Amino acid sequence: MKRFRRHVHESQRDRLKQELFQFTKTVEHGFPHQPSALGYSASLQLMAIGTRSGAIKLYGAPGVEFMGLHDENAAVTQVFFMPHQVELVTLLDDNSLHMWTLRGHKGLSELLEIGRFMLTGPPGAPPSVTRVTAVLAHSSGELLLLGTEGGHVFIVEVPGFRELEERNISLDQVTSCVPDDYIGRRNLEHVEALQESPMNSNQVAIGYGRGLIVIWDLEQHLAIRHILPTQQLESMWWTEDGSSILSSHSDGSYCCWTLGAEGEYEEDEKSDIPYGHFPCKAIMKIVKLPTAGGPPFLLFSGGMPRASYGDRHCITVIHSKTQVAFDFTSRIIDFFVIRHGPHLTGEPSALVVLVEEELVVIDLQTEGWPVIQAPYLVPLHSSAITCSHHVSAIPLKLWERIIAAGLLQNTHYSKKPWPITGGQNLALDPPQRDLLLTGHEDGTVRFWDASGVCLNPLFKLSTASVFHADADPNDNMSQSAEGEWPPFRKVGCFDPYSDDPRLGIQKIHLCKYSGYLTVAGTAGQILMLELNDEASEQTVEAKIVDLLQGQEGFRWKGHTQLDVREEPVLFPPGFQPFTVVQCQPPAVVTALTLHSEWKLVAFGTSHGFGVYDYLQKKSVLVKCTLNPSDQLAMEGPLSRVKSIKKSLRQSFRRIRRSRVSLRKHQISSTAKIQEANARLEAELAEMELAPVQRKIEARSSDDSFTGLIRTLYFADTFLSDSSHNSPSLWAGTNGGCVFAYILFLPPLERRADDAVTAQPAKEIQLMHRAPVVGIVVLDGQGAPLPEPLEMAHDLARSPDMHGSHHLLVISEEQFKVFTLPKVSTKMKLKVTAVDGSRVRRVGVAWFGSSRTEGYGESGLVFLTNQGDVHVLSLPHVKIQVRHPCIRREDVSGIASCVFTKQGHGFYLISPSEFERFSLSTRYLVEPRCLVEAPIHSVASNQHKPMPKVTSSTHRSSQDTEDAESAARHVMEHALLNDEKVLQEIQKSLEGDQGSFPQNNVKSAVA
Amino acid sequence: MNKNHRVPSSRSLSAVEVKSKFGAEFRRFSLDRSKPGRFDEFYGLLQHVHRIPNVELLVAYADVHGDLLPINNDDNYLKAVKSANPLLRLFLQRKEEADYSAFGTDSLTRKKNTVLSAVLLRPDPNKKKPPVIISLPKDFRPVSSIIDVDILPETHRRVRLYKHGQEKPLGFYIRDGSSVRVTPQGLEKVPGIFISRLVPGGLAESTGLLAVNDEVLEVNGIEVAAKSLDQVTDMMIANSHNLIITVKPANQRNNVVRPGGGGGGGASGSSGRSSDSGTSHHGYSPYGAAAAGPTHIIQNFPVGELESDEDDEDLVIEVGGEAESMRHAASNYSMPSLPRYEPHLNLRTAANSGSAFSINANGALRGSGSSGSLNNTSCTTPSPDRAKERRSLEEEGTVITL
Repeated sequence: MKRFRRHVHESQRDRLKQELFQFTKTVEHGFPHQPSALGYSASLQLMAIGTRSGAIKLYGAPGVEFMGLHDENAAVTQVFFMPHQVELVTLLDDNSLHMWTLRGHKGLSELLEIGRFMLTGPPGAPPSVTRVTAVLAHSSGELLLLGTEGGHVFIVEVPGFRELEERNISLDQVTSCVPDDYIGRRNLEHVEALQESPMNSNQVAIGYGRGLIVIWDLEQHLAIRHILPTQQLESMWWTEDGSSILSSHSDGSYCCWTLGAEGEYEEDEKSDIPYGHFPCKAIMKIVKLPTAGGPPFLLFSGGMPRASYGDRHCITVIHSKTQVAFDFTSRIIDFFVIRHGPHLTGEPSALVVLVEEELVVIDLQTEGWPVIQAPYLVPLHSSAITCSHHVSAIPLKLWERIIAAGLLQNTHYSKKPWPITGGQNLALDPPQRDLLLTGHEDGTVRFWDASGVCLNPLFKLSTASVFHADADPNDNMSQSAEGEWPPFRKVGCFDPYSDDPRLGIQKIHLCKYSGYLTVAGTAGQILMLELNDEASEQTVEAKIVDLLQGQEGFRWKGHTQLDVREEPVLFPPGFQPFTVVQCQPPAVVTALTLHSEWKLVAFGTSHGFGVYDYLQKKSVLVKCTLNPSDQLAMEGPLSRVKSIKKSLRQSFRRIRRSRVSLRKHQISSTAKIQEANARLEAELAEMELAPVQRKIEARSSDDSFTGLIRTLYFADTFLSDSSHNSPSLWAGTNGGCVFAYILFLPPLERRADDAVTAQPAKEIQLMHRAPVVGIVVLDGQGAPLPEPLEMAHDLARSPDMHGSHHLLVISEEQFKVFTLPKVSTKMKLKVTAVDGSRVRRVGVAWFGSSRTEGYGESGLVFLTNQGDVHVLSLPHVKIQVRHPCIRREDVSGIASCVFTKQGHGFYLISPSEFERFSLSTRYLVEPRCLVEAPIHSVASNQHKPMPKVTSSTHRSSQDTEDAESAARHVMEHALLNDEKVLQEIQKSLEGDQGSFPQNNVKSAVA
Repeated sequence: MNKNHRVPSSRSLSAVEVKSKFGAEFRRFSLDRSKPGRFDEFYGLLQHVHRIPNVELLVAYADVHGDLLPINNDDNYLKAVKSANPLLRLFLQRKEEADYSAFGTDSLTRKKNTVLSAVLLRPDPNKKKPPVIISLPKDFRPVSSIIDVDILPETHRRVRLYKHGQEKPLGFYIRDGSSVRVTPQGLEKVPGIFISRLVPGGLAESTGLLAVNDEVLEVNGIEVAAKSLDQVTDMMIANSHNLIITVKPANQRNNVVRPGGGGGGGASGSSGRSSDSGTSHHGYSPYGAAAAGPTHIIQNFPVGELESDEDDEDLVIEVGGEAESMRHAASNYSMPSLPRYEPHLNLRTAANSGSAFSINANGALRGSGSSGSLNNTSCTTPSPDRAKERRSLEEEGTVITL
């Protein structure tokens, strides 16, 4: 009977669950991992980036983003917009061509793949005949010219991909009109470049790898001219007036060929090796653009002297007497120039460069060619991300102060607005201001505006200046010696090299009400910072806290602690440090929390934890949790934890290194595939030889790192008796132990004088000894206690102090609710014992009902090592929903996950990209945008049908499932261990989402 | 052999009759079944009722199978009380005169063919062999056993590794592998988890119930199919206090065989070390038929304990400001069984009778639930279902209690 009643209750609950929870991956923030192609439509003002994992991303005005994913697991090698249309064509590494379109649907645009095509040669022809090496989207919008490795040019009608065989330009036809002595020596090689005459759309220039350039008339079907450079051709540019053709070559030279009236042979008007004398590297791409009444702009990539600067990634811009070699920190993928005015006619206004790790836009109109700060695609990983922290609903005052401080840091950027302005952003303004703080390996903390689709950088805090560091942290990027040749100028902010790994940020906690910030790092440093609108010069007080407390037999073999500067340091406006606590031994800080109302900060390492009173600048409590037999923790960073991290990073680097630079054409792709297969087989054989075994052993108190502090929590609750609540500190260790201390705070008026004291109150040793990853105190109504100062700002209802409080201890293996003050188990939820997954990340969130205004529930969101996110009801700790979110092999993705108070989450899908997901039905952040075709394009036949829109209320979740099944499908025929596949799966999940944004939007509105 | 003739009286539900023999004297008294108290209290009571206050005693009882077993700690005392049906027959001896060899099988009964436990047993008690000598260990505890033989297919073996309070490591490793399944379409290779290594001297090895290359099918009633090696590892570690592994032994010749319905010649291959002499070929019967016969593999510990949440017994130390006790506490972490720390559940003191009652009720509920399915040997439910049912029972128990 009981069971029956519960059943009825459960169906109601199920309905409520649907109103409260919904899982969607909404948007990717940051810079796409491993970009491989760049395209731009001047008419749409949209930029397209293709990646090695087969994703295609379109960007316009801030907030205008589209994303698509090819079904094939192949790199996008080239992207072209069809002139004056909303279609674009992509060429993949597997030689397939894909056509995409931006289709309007219910007032929003979506990116859809509408056709695919694979060039088929005559029967029996070698694959090189049809291997596409160059693509030209003809300005008529109806033709695609495809140059191939075999030297033929195929002409295909689009959309529909109909081969126009009679119009193909075969190699024989070309050779027949070129002098025999040139032909005789060797073949012409592949088609390197195809270019349409700016003046006469019937004329196209065909550039062959060996150097020959032929101007072909499509109407008459014959070659009308040819040019015979002596060097291997790299690229070609037909100047705007049609009077000359520039060719760039593999020896670092470029030539300008004037096209005489009707002369049969062209003159080599000007040949130049810009960085000459010594052998130079190839000029990969050259562009020449006229200005109204002034000297033209000449831009080219590469061409550096091989021996001295061969490793630089440069784009040289020459205008009049000015010449600058923009020096990027990673490999150049491609670049284009944006011109003022409609349709390619005006002055060059901005140079957009896609390099492997970032997008750099240079303002060519302002003196000095400053960089324009990008509103999106900002590299999150300019220094590797080491931790992140999300703060929801920032008060306006603090928000404005952070922005103001950030603006002062960005004075070196151009004042010009963002030049890529295509599409309309139709998303509503975000309902609140959210901050995402990322800690980096180089000791910086970056503040990002995470309220909307674009993750905007707001402010950058550097902690390095507090310490004596080997290198000057403010090394000026744009500084170059006068008269240096080539005239280098460093641009971009991607800088993966950290001067001192000890500076790395490990934990961040910001109090949004008081503006106090605490950050903790690798060498046991805890900095307290406060927001100051003025620059100030001050000495930072350092306090050393000995966490060992006389524990004997200890030998720290790790790094030394950082030296704090004793002299006053000038801090720019923004967050300025005022006190530094240094743990001794200087082990990495593993837990950190701040209580701005009590003015206390608590921190923990693998040795113990402490509480510091930052008002009086006094240590309140130090507790050593080290197990004397724990040699690993004693010796320091030779630790297991660290080495795993290190090996992960190393393997990541290895992967990156092994992906040697992607050339424009891969001639020996079959050989490569064979090689990869052989390697894979070898790996598998190796696995067979040494099977992985796992030791089955109960945890014991003698395990390593049992004393490592995993979580710290301040709570005002009933710790000692049920009638009086008191401030308390809770600490959870890696060995399943919870320490609770009562804190005695002097009355407010004596707060600055009387000492804060702490007294041990309780210790709980969980019998299963799994690491404690979270502690939450629930009030009399089962709701989590509010954050410090939240009540004081009238932003939270005051906790129910009448009913009895409960302690929720979250270990990696189970959730347990204890009564307070007498700690006895009330409820629990076992996770690991039942399905073998372990809790990795946990957060408290509030879920509002999509149907009933004003109804909402607090829930516990957690992520397991299997990559699944769950929502747990409070205080009953019952699983409400579960969704696969991250691939379980993606350890770094799982480790990087942070939850927001609104039931959102972020995790890294690559070193440079955050995926944003939402478990809430109320509140979604995702792109909603519209792009209108400049000319009305005929509706094309649709190859990829849209999922049927049903009238079901859970349409979005259904779509998610579709996406999931798509992902599974991908997984089935792919190797799981391949990182590429990981990317693909991730992207397919989001890709489908990106394609049908209106569904999600609608349910969000509903 | 009164055990079969006695009709349980209604009293026996709450009280246990005790008949205690010391020398030639008998004493009769009763105990509260639900609150038997601790062994030392009981020991005092015995000394009291026999009026031998200063005599060191060796206490033994006759279990349901007629074996004479010692009572010398809380665990076997509770077991004795629980298994009294309804009479608990006690035999007291002076310690100095004690005949240790008296313990064991065949000690009291003559035509006994049952076995004591998987651990302490030597096979084939039918033969006229000298009686099995059982020593009197200081701490007489169950270690490990084969369980649920009545409900599992013969090819499978469910092993309970009882780690409670043991210093011994579990001591085994698992690995990935592939196993062959017979499907209607033919043989299919599927990934599986296997035992890859046994640590010498570890619990797994010393029990002899697990062997290298045994395929792991379930962990505490949950199937491991489609779970990764790491997941299974984590599940096992999470259940390490009371780990129940269902395996498909690599060596199928030592399988437990249930005797045929006719009984009689049912030589029981009880532990994993049953004779290799081919007993497994006769006396075979499908489970349903086997149900009629007695189950020869028994559990010598309370059934309810099977699902007891060892890990529920978190230690809570009230520090209350005395620094010294704190320090002491910290130094003794590794020994949860120290008497000074009372596990906050299963409290048996009168002061906490309220909570103790609820827990006991809970335990009793669980106990009856699963012992029902164990003892009622007609149960033919496939094991996963049963395991699930048991789990759900446990969960409901929690819900009702709280």
